[in-house]
Amino acid sequence: MSAEPHTIAQLARALESRQTTSETVVDRCLRRIADRNGTLNAFITVFEDTAREQAREADREIAAGRYRGPLHGVPISLKDLFDVRGSATTAASRVRQEHVAEADAPSVTALREAGAVIIGKTNLHEFAFGTTNEDSAYGPARHPLDANRSPGGSSGGSAASVADGMCFASMGTDTGGSIRIPSAVCGLVGLKPAVGELSTDGVVPLSATLDHIGPLCRSVEDAAIVYDALRGNPRAAGKAIDPRALKLGVPRDYFLALLDPQVSSTFESACERLRAAGAALQDVAIPHARDVAAIYLHIVLAEAAAYHANTLERRPDDYTPNVRMRLEMGRYVLAEDYVRAMRGREMIRCEVDAALEGLDALLLPSVPIPAPKIGTPTVKIAGSEEPVRNVMLRCTQAFNVSGHPAISVPCGATIDGLPVGGQLVGRAADTAGLLRVAAAVEVYLGPGTSR
Amino acid sequence: MTVKAWLEMAVHDAERRGLPELKPLLEALAKSTSALRTAEWNADATGELQFPRRNER
Repeated sequence: MSAEPHTIAQLARALESRQTTSETVVDRCLRRIADRNGTLNAFITVFEDTAREQAREADREIAAGRYRGPLHGVPISLKDLFDVRGSATTAASRVRQEHVAEADAPSVTALREAGAVIIGKTNLHEFAFGTTNEDSAYGPARHPLDANRSPGGSSGGSAASVADGMCFASMGTDTGGSIRIPSAVCGLVGLKPAVGELSTDGVVPLSATLDHIGPLCRSVEDAAIVYDALRGNPRAAGKAIDPRALKLGVPRDYFLALLDPQVSSTFESACERLRAAGAALQDVAIPHARDVAAIYLHIVLAEAAAYHANTLERRPDDYTPNVRMRLEMGRYVLAEDYVRAMRGREMIRCEVDAALEGLDALLLPSVPIPAPKIGTPTVKIAGSEEPVRNVMLRCTQAFNVSGHPAISVPCGATIDGLPVGGQLVGRAADTAGLLRVAAAVEVYLGPGTSR
Repeated sequence: MTVKAWLEMAVHDAERRGLPELKPLLEALAKSTSALRTAEWNADATGELQFPRRNER
């Protein structure tokens, strides 16, 4: 190989043809972690010994002709919400420091069966309840391009680990955007599959009906490879389709109304490239998009509070102060308002379905702002001061509410080089179809900083 | 319970529990709850409102 593999697909070809070994690649990743984790704080736990052991086993199997597929021998990290037998699932909280998982989460089992090497557990916003990764018992994870900035969240350590070359993919969770947000601001591809498609068993919940799991990767093809492994259905995602045949809807009202000027111009340039490639773009409406934030808030607060109420009573000081207060706020949500929100959720689901009618996907920005500076609670945007958390969730949470599959793909960068993400939303329960659309548009949306 | 009455009760309870820093969060939640309750798509026991309308899908 003339250059080191950058994507899982490239690495898989090199491993299968035995131009490199898993042990070599894992060793390189472990050295990168040793060099950079002190700065980025991406990992909470590194499985150095077991990762090397798994890599050697993968090399033995491949040499013996027992190649399992494109994840065989590939180092992957896990957000520290996923159970790995025999290790703590900390959720980046002192509340869970003594926890030891009795079994692997089913998603971890699926990755192991596909031959992946589990290299470690990554930092996150405590209990996944935040978008910046600042509130963690292990300190904030930091952006690989600028350590004074947030890598996004809540899967911030996951994004930093992939973007900085510490592994080839990471498993994250997404309740309001926690895979797509850090992927977008770190220049990665982040997939939130359709609701209910992948098991969340063995994963610490934030909000039982909004939670999703999915991968953060360096390409759409890599996201498809991990998705296929999680589904236990190798290569189901299929090939890209001709961009000239694509029909995309852009939901301008609300979603494009509050954008950083550079995010806006980067997104519009990406739209122009797609039009030039022959894709048909048209404006579409999600009439009650403005109600999404209230619907989302009343669901996530009530469900998170129900999970944490007993622990909040017994060990309140073991939470970080901001996360504790948000969870306490959830304990005051009334049942009738939760039910109203669930009714609104059904309406939003219908409206997203309607917006997608006759189209292949929706296209909108993933995050309205580039990676924010750590410690910045608000951001000035379109002339008003807005909470960073609200702004970062604005374009993603609707599709947790609706359950449609969604993916963030790099679509350029600001003049300071900070990545910007474009988000594609697929038809209900059709993640494989969304991946085909994303593969078709990836080259026109990008390049992001990761390639 | 009205949102106003709920907010008064919630703030009082938070202060009783030694969590006065919850007040601004509860005030923000009250605004969000008001928006939720006044949305046009809320259920209506008279049966006059049918939302979401299935024929709009």
